[in-house]
Amino acid sequence: MNKLVMRMHAAGLPGAIETLLAGGGRMQMVYAHTQPGPLQVCYLASPGAGKPLELWCVDALPGGLPSMAAHVPLLGWYEREMQDLSGVDLVHHPEPHPLVIERRAGQPAPLSCADGCGRFPAPHVLPDVAGEDIQELDFGPIRADVFESAQFRFFYMGERILRYQPRLFLKHRGMEKRFEGLRADAAVHLAERVSGVGALAHALAYCQAIEDAAGIEPPPRARAWRSLLAELERTYNHLHYLGHLADTTTLKVGQAEGRLLEERAKQINAAVCGHRLLMNVLVPGGLRRDLHLPAHVPQELARLQRDSVRYLDQLERTSSFLDRLHTTGPLPRQVAFDQGATGPVERASGLDRDLRRDHPYAAYDAHPPRIILHGDGDAYARYRVRCGELLESLRLLRALARDLPAGAVRTDCPVPARGLGVGWAESPRGSVYYVAHMDPAGRLARVKIKSPSYSNWRVFPYTVHDSNMMDYAINEASFGSTIAGCDR
Amino acid sequence: MALWTLFGLARGKATRDGPDAEAPVRDVPLGLPRIAARDCAPDCAACIASCPTAALTASEPGEGQAGGTRIALDYGRCIACQRCIEVCPADVLMPGHDRAPGVRRREDLQFDPHAHRITAQVQELMARRFKRSLHIRHVDAGSCNGCESELQALLNPFYNLHRLGIFFTASPRAADLLLVTGTVTAPMQEALQAAWEAMPEPKWVMAMGACAISGAMAREGYAGGSGAAAAIPVDVYLPGCPPTPAAIMHALLLLLGRSRQRLHGGRIDG
Repeated sequence: MNKLVMRMHAAGLPGAIETLLAGGGRMQMVYAHTQPGPLQVCYLASPGAGKPLELWCVDALPGGLPSMAAHVPLLGWYEREMQDLSGVDLVHHPEPHPLVIERRAGQPAPLSCADGCGRFPAPHVLPDVAGEDIQELDFGPIRADVFESAQFRFFYMGERILRYQPRLFLKHRGMEKRFEGLRADAAVHLAERVSGVGALAHALAYCQAIEDAAGIEPPPRARAWRSLLAELERTYNHLHYLGHLADTTTLKVGQAEGRLLEERAKQINAAVCGHRLLMNVLVPGGLRRDLHLPAHVPQELARLQRDSVRYLDQLERTSSFLDRLHTTGPLPRQVAFDQGATGPVERASGLDRDLRRDHPYAAYDAHPPRIILHGDGDAYARYRVRCGELLESLRLLRALARDLPAGAVRTDCPVPARGLGVGWAESPRGSVYYVAHMDPAGRLARVKIKSPSYSNWRVFPYTVHDSNMMDYAINEASFGSTIAGCDR
Repeated sequence: MALWTLFGLARGKATRDGPDAEAPVRDVPLGLPRIAARDCAPDCAACIASCPTAALTASEPGEGQAGGTRIALDYGRCIACQRCIEVCPADVLMPGHDRAPGVRRREDLQFDPHAHRITAQVQELMARRFKRSLHIRHVDAGSCNGCESELQALLNPFYNLHRLGIFFTASPRAADLLLVTGTVTAPMQEALQAAWEAMPEPKWVMAMGACAISGAMAREGYAGGSGAAAAIPVDVYLPGCPPTPAAIMHALLLLLGRSRQRLHGGRIDG
């Protein structure tokens, strides 16, 4: 059993949250949907490793729902998004202004009407920072080099950043709405393109949500391939991360070496599945086609492992690089937990969570990963966690490639009418959750995505306030979040 | 630092051959579908129903033309997901191994089996005005980050774009080419236009990826746009989801008159 669906009354929420947190659990997200019937709000809670996830469903109240953001800060953004996109009113929200889009008075919410409504960007609501000699810098949305678009406002004095306010969601494409009305097997392409460099993790979480609704499990060979592909994704992403981090510390040789290793990883992806970013491979029920490991790939992986070890050794010996990471952008453990940090970012702040171990999927029960932790919470810790994960991924890849079972790669996945499924995956950037609601015809009625970059962008500003301008780019690179995953 | 240099030198050259030599580069994924010159089974619309970006349409023969219903394909919308190939009962749609080719006119991405083959070459508009170097300002106007990932790959030692005299620049005032990725969401449209207006003449625009050409998956949603051409004039279209680095290089060289357009009227040469 993957999940428990519970009906609840809004008045019971604070008590339920208190019990969950006291038991070592964590809230994941909240979203609204209208399937079936009136507007309903669902809270996704994870009580802890090995325990089924819980979906708490609450009817939206006519006078508005009480905001839980004061109890669980990480819900703050999800609540604001519900307000913007689903038209759920919230009472006593600490930051009540729009997050994703702004609706004009009387305009219907985009998720509850046909296409064509509400295309206004949310305003950049700025903190009240006043004083002598305070300068303001607006940066973006178009940034130097090849970067994703987002806008940032700095309030600073000399080198010191007093406050930092990002303006995200300029790239909001309304992806969740695009799932509506699609057949479950067709929508996997949409999931892959929510975050292109997390295509496999998104597709995997989505497929597992549909399989959960259908009550089926893909065959062992498909599950092993899914883990293998997921580790390939982690490998090329972490190599990209290291190259980019070296670039921000102006270590150009380290950047070039990291990018070259990333390129080799991407070429392995293409050789294995035909797509450099691992798209077009998964389908609810397994894989779209059987894959075969080309003869040169095990050797290539061994070479990549050897060269990555040497690369990491070199980085660890380069003091000009390390000096810029130590004590930069510290994220305390409690802030990481409260604000919803995920993936390598939370593990670098000492939170021992990884979906591959805590709620195993694909082939991770047979091939459990070693979880890399660090306690310092600074950019160096985030870098070290990624280094450890890269080597662990390369080890897992060789083990998975060696033990690939034979057999079918796809099983029937009949989607039940009015079905409901929850799926998840530990992407290179952290936890991805998909919740899928089916309509009476078995088509997708509502798909909610919890993406790791959304979580980590919420956390990131807490490491920027009171830091230095010259460390900003390094700190941002040490988080390694995408904008597309956040904005969706 | 000495060790970095030592290891770098010991490893030798990392850069691929080419780009003109079509050396075997392991970056050609499952490519764009190809369509056989055959009529479809009557009333079969399996591929059209399966296409997530509405790239496929039925094409009826014109007056005086023989034959039955065939399939038309807009490569500007295609994300090469291979679903149409999987569902086609008659092998009219077949897997292709071509990387997405860049073109100078939107129509050249539209394959219609009943249209006459366009033989006239498009005027060499660019006329080699950027013979020596090209400076690019990239703008992400609402992408999934897949195109950025492949653009960044162009700068790695394997592709080493700089050796071709092509550079990314921070300021649009120093740019010759505006390279647009993403669907162009409403909030990004203004920024995109401002960047374009800031560029000095002569200037060109490349729409990279299915999103920037047609909006692809996010097309016509409440938030997604329908591509760059709705905001600014586009000179080169590069389909694909995402285009591979080799395809991007080919399209950039097309702009410089240093490579040949390989797709005309939706038909790939040779």
